[in-house]
Amino acid sequence: MVITRRALLALFLAVAALAAQAQDRFITVASTTSTEQSGLFAYILPIFEKKTGIQVRVVALGTGQALDLARRGDADVVFVHAKAAEEKFLAEGHGVKRFPVMYNDFVLIGPKSDPAKIAGGKDILEALKKIQAAQAPFVSRGDKSGTHMAELDLWKAAGIDLDKAKGPWYRDTGQGMGPALNTAASMNAYLLADRGTWLAFKNRGDLAMLVEGDKRLYNQYGVMLVNPDKHSTVKKDLGQTFIDWLVSPEGQKAIADYKIGGEQLFFPNAGQAGV
Amino acid sequence: MTDHVDIRAAAPLLPLCLKDVVFEVGPRRIIDGISMRLDAGPRTVIIGPNGAGKSVLLRLCHGLLGPTAGSITWNASEVAGGPRRQAMVFQRPVLLRRSALGNVTYALKLAGVPFGQREERAMEALRKVGLGGLGRHSARVLSGGEQQRLALARVWALHPEVLFLDEPTASLDPGATHEIENVIAALHGAGTKIVLVTHNLGQAHRLGDEILFLHQGRLAERAPADRFLKHPTSSEAAKFLEGELPW
Amino acid sequence: MNSVAEAAGQAFALVATADPKLVDIVLLSLRISLSAVLIGCVIGLPLGAAIAVNEFRGRRAVIVILNGLMGLPSVVVGLVVYLLLSRAGPLGSWGILFTPTAMVIAQTILITPTLAALSRQVVDDAWAEYREQLRSLGETKLGAAPTLLWDLRFSLVTIVLAGFGRAASEVGAVMIVGGNIDGVTRVMTTAIALETSKGDLPLALGLGFILLFIVLALNAGAYVVKETAQRRYG
Repeated sequence: MVITRRALLALFLAVAALAAQAQDRFITVASTTSTEQSGLFAYILPIFEKKTGIQVRVVALGTGQALDLARRGDADVVFVHAKAAEEKFLAEGHGVKRFPVMYNDFVLIGPKSDPAKIAGGKDILEALKKIQAAQAPFVSRGDKSGTHMAELDLWKAAGIDLDKAKGPWYRDTGQGMGPALNTAASMNAYLLADRGTWLAFKNRGDLAMLVEGDKRLYNQYGVMLVNPDKHSTVKKDLGQTFIDWLVSPEGQKAIADYKIGGEQLFFPNAGQAGV
Repeated sequence: MTDHVDIRAAAPLLPLCLKDVVFEVGPRRIIDGISMRLDAGPRTVIIGPNGAGKSVLLRLCHGLLGPTAGSITWNASEVAGGPRRQAMVFQRPVLLRRSALGNVTYALKLAGVPFGQREERAMEALRKVGLGGLGRHSARVLSGGEQQRLALARVWALHPEVLFLDEPTASLDPGATHEIENVIAALHGAGTKIVLVTHNLGQAHRLGDEILFLHQGRLAERAPADRFLKHPTSSEAAKFLEGELPW
Repeated sequence: MNSVAEAAGQAFALVATADPKLVDIVLLSLRISLSAVLIGCVIGLPLGAAIAVNEFRGRRAVIVILNGLMGLPSVVVGLVVYLLLSRAGPLGSWGILFTPTAMVIAQTILITPTLAALSRQVVDDAWAEYREQLRSLGETKLGAAPTLLWDLRFSLVTIVLAGFGRAASEVGAVMIVGGNIDGVTRVMTTAIALETSKGDLPLALGLGFILLFIVLALNAGAYVVKETAQRRYG
């Protein structure tokens, strides 16, 4: 009985410790799974936290979910890569101002055997046309994420009406980036991925990067403070500190310094106009 | 012994009066109109063939069942929430998953005995039934006879005015039966009214002062034990004793 | 099978180096699930016992509903708790979304029905056996419930372990209300989900082995305690 009582006491203390978590200085940032999975946050956030003492808690979701989270007031800052959706967010009055931060790019992945013969090309639209013409297997994320939206825009730009052109070759999986890559690897299919997730992805199978560098593949990131007038609990000062740091020379350098296998993933462009 | 002087300072529970008691389960009438009176003093033994309603009658008297019709009235009512002044022992003893001592102190706790007195009174009761050395043993690993003695120790510690027993030795060997009968006799000697159901005629003879013979839910005959067992007046009783009726 | 061997290797490497991040994640997982079990027992076991020994109108409906709630999908619980705790929700002012506290709440809601339903069943069975004797001794329904719970303590150990197993293995609820925030609300199951979605399957499986091992170790420990106590008290 003594053992049980002591164990119960220890348990109770642990619960109490859990509940009495110190009210640290922290902000909640809603961002996307692909950004988190690239490892960027694990690299740049400790630098910010050391400098300011503010802990940044990132909740990583799909772009749509991240914005919805912010609409409910459950985040202080939103950091996503879907300009149209972000501007809609601002128009609705949920955000204060959008600051461009950085861009990364998408790359077209595909099997080394390359049935559509697009390897080494510099034109993404040509590549997509060739894939559709060859009816080569293509995996789409299908989850209304930023990547998915970008993919749909590219098909449209290539003049392909997916509703008509869809066939067994187009695999709409409804998955995140990692699982979609896994699916593509097992099917030996083409897919559009962000460079960060691709570089960190280990389960490549027979896949390789086939098309990159087309300006149309660029993926712009923007950061916004959630509107404290609409959501009174937003930590506007701490949140603004984070945003200011991201666009500052120091923050931009931290972003540029992040590399996987010696390769830079994200390209800071805070001062750039029109992005 | 001071404690049960307090209890008895209140009016005695007995006599218990049953008037036209009927007990039905669905369409089956198990007790078919019994009127009787149980007085303090004589050890009452209830016998009868299977299905006569003996166990049900016991439970009606003890209050575990309520009559479908008729009345069951004690001379004094027990204080609600107070210590039980009547007790019951079942054919298979129901013991808690604790030590023998723990089972008795549990009963004492229910009776409102202060914490400090419980263990001593429990030990005394255990010694009275011959289980003095087994106090710390787990109740569940005791033998059948020891378990039934433990049930009686529990009763002993409570000093009830009435003790109902439902075939307490039916599952025991003769040696254990003998021990149980001794304890019952001792309880009677200490002032507890005994109401015992048995199908063991020898036991009825040893332990009974008066016999109630039940047949098909009715009280067919009631007589002092000696007279009943030698010269039953009702024909059903005569047949029963001759062994013609099924047990 | 190659990935299984690779996974086992990863698991060993993580454990051998006592990777501090892993240690944090494991400790957090245990703290959350054990807290949920503790609170769940405090609520669920007496509730189950009370339903078992009392008669009241609608008792059978309550039992059926309770049994049905054992199958609550964890992601549904997570969603409901999220909507409650969201700033836009009724309890938003508490400000506990995306904290371990919210995760404990969600897991408690998830497992309490199981603890209550199963304890209700074992107490019900025991009550049938004990009822006459306990009533004869003067026990009230209020007093009978704790007496029976203590008497059934060995069966209850198994029930509590079932509750812990469900809590420690679920991912749907803690993912939604916790947010899988690195260093704050990341637990074993959400870490496994993350590594899976990153495509690092050996690591995910390795973490899975570690989680499995911990749960098994806890079960073994509880079993030993139960057996020793049972031998002493029957």
